[in-house]
Amino acid sequence: MTDACKEPIIEIADLHVAFDNVPALHGVDLSLRRGESVGMVGESGCGKSVTWLAALGLLPQRAQISGSVRLAGEELLHEPASRLDKVRGGRIAMIFQDPASALNPVQKVGDQIIEVLRLHRGMERHAARAEARRLFDQVGIPDPARRLDAYPHEFSGGQNQRIMIAMALAGRPEILIADEPTTALDVTIQAQILDLLQQIQREMGMALVLISHDLGIIGELCERVLVLYAGRVVEEAPVDRLFAQPHHPYTQGLLKALPSLETKPHRLVAIPGVVPSATDLPMGCAFAPRCAQRVERCGEWASELASIPNEGRHKAACLHVASELAPAEVVAA
Amino acid sequence: MMAAPLLRAEGLVRRYRLRQGVFRHPVTVKAVDSLSLSVARGETLGIVGESGCGKSTTGRLLAGLEPPDSGTISFGGEPLPAAGHARWRRLRTRIQMVFQDPLGALDRRLTIGEQIAEPLEIHRLGSKSERADRVKTLLVDVGLRPDHGARYPHELSGGQRQRAVLARALATDPDLIVCDEPVSALDVSIQAQVINLLADLKEQRRMAMIFISHDLRVVRQISDRIAVMYLGVIVEEGDPNLVLRDPLHPYSQALISAVPTPGAGRRRDRTVLQGDPPNPAARPRGCAFHPRCPAALPVCAQLAPELTSAGEGRRVACHLVEAAGEGRKETV
Repeated sequence: MTDACKEPIIEIADLHVAFDNVPALHGVDLSLRRGESVGMVGESGCGKSVTWLAALGLLPQRAQISGSVRLAGEELLHEPASRLDKVRGGRIAMIFQDPASALNPVQKVGDQIIEVLRLHRGMERHAARAEARRLFDQVGIPDPARRLDAYPHEFSGGQNQRIMIAMALAGRPEILIADEPTTALDVTIQAQILDLLQQIQREMGMALVLISHDLGIIGELCERVLVLYAGRVVEEAPVDRLFAQPHHPYTQGLLKALPSLETKPHRLVAIPGVVPSATDLPMGCAFAPRCAQRVERCGEWASELASIPNEGRHKAACLHVASELAPAEVVAA
Repeated sequence: MMAAPLLRAEGLVRRYRLRQGVFRHPVTVKAVDSLSLSVARGETLGIVGESGCGKSTTGRLLAGLEPPDSGTISFGGEPLPAAGHARWRRLRTRIQMVFQDPLGALDRRLTIGEQIAEPLEIHRLGSKSERADRVKTLLVDVGLRPDHGARYPHELSGGQRQRAVLARALATDPDLIVCDEPVSALDVSIQAQVINLLADLKEQRRMAMIFISHDLRVVRQISDRIAVMYLGVIVEEGDPNLVLRDPLHPYSQALISAVPTPGAGRRRDRTVLQGDPPNPAARPRGCAFHPRCPAALPVCAQLAPELTSAGEGRRVACHLVEAAGEGRKETV
């Protein structure tokens, strides 16, 4: 477990994002300590990627963003691109699902890494090439000296993702955000990349944010998990707690809907209905129309993320959790 | 499995000619290499493997969508006719195929109802009013409402579209459905709905199914038997509980141990395979898996192992397993 006294390296507070007045993110809070690994899980459109694209100023102009994103105490939101360019690829690096489209196809991969090293670490060409070779070696590209002069199409998908990771490491990031880093890869290659991520996170003491739709991957790599649904964090807990005792009905549903190799095959418990579209969100809790435990009040207001009684690090945004809290609140008053 | 199988394939080979590199030299790629399998009536065979292992090509060959370069396929005791033949057209009512991307499989300019009725019209099944009734029944069978028939594909969600594609595939009451990654594009909560639907449909209709997927967890959920493919060949085949719990082939072992499992804690005794997935255009000699195999013997680089029985209805293609099996026989 991470040391509680460690300060947060990044703090996102009440982050709202809307596209053409359609809200996509309804106030996300997230804080990350140095060296911590946090998973963000949810289905397409839940806002797990938008959170970080907004935080790093990577969304298009028409996105309306409010809230606060503080990197070691300094505000990043609405900062000019010139300042963000020093942060992006430097203190915070990001890797994406499709490495082939993130790399420049007509530039040698070595030159692409050297560019990062010159930009973020001010290295001159010769030293940068030596450092690039070291990084290739670190991420497990065989024969690094020669492979620096190859083009992206000469590598396999798994190797391209290793190159992306090497480029991300080139800026010596304090935070690495990996957005579905293995979704496009085969399962045996996925295992290699997950091993690599875990190993470098430990070696470099970097904080890791793993964005994935796959609870299995999150469970293996992360200490803490945030579950998102329709633009809100609905549950947050240490990873073992989340799997052992999920509190939000959506998390419970996700876990039951997942086929497993460990247990005997049984009929899956599917969550009925579909994720609501952002333009047509129900009143109150967005999950209520699909929820087996809903009560009338669920359709009236959306519960805030609140701590489970006696479990400060486990939070859920559900009326059932909040009403358990109610007597304690009364006593406190 | 006593009765004659519904579908039997023997020694299937499928080659593709690709042009590679700056000078566009033609290269022959063997996507499927002397593959044999059979499917009984009402049985679901799961085919798993990574990209380029030939599982989709196998599906297309078995559905009769493309001819094998050599080998034979028989369906219901008769050889699969050549494409375009009148008998081949009739066979379309008995074998159907479902793909990963439902939006790509549906015509955006036709309503869902029109598309479900299409196979009935092509094969001249029923009168106009009977077809309309049938479309309504099919919509309900796949968990949609009759009024969804009047909608266009873009008006449905991804899961609903895949249900519509299934309804169309079921229209002619086929004996066999070949599903190629049918739930891979769907979110987890919707994926479970469609898997349950497929399980119900095969139960109710006693329909055979070939279920192709890269996701072992999904394949286990639905299959009566599974086949693991690597570079165009089946390396292990048998009861899912045997193959997935106690895999014998080193590739099956690595594949299964690579599956991430929620709640199982941090990775423990995982076999992480070294190297990249192999290139079908440069197939290694001998056992195609030997360059990545943690237990390869000298013979593995020379001779391709045959798929042989390993007891309990399981077949494995591995020299190590064969040697261990013979060792067992001698000690008995």
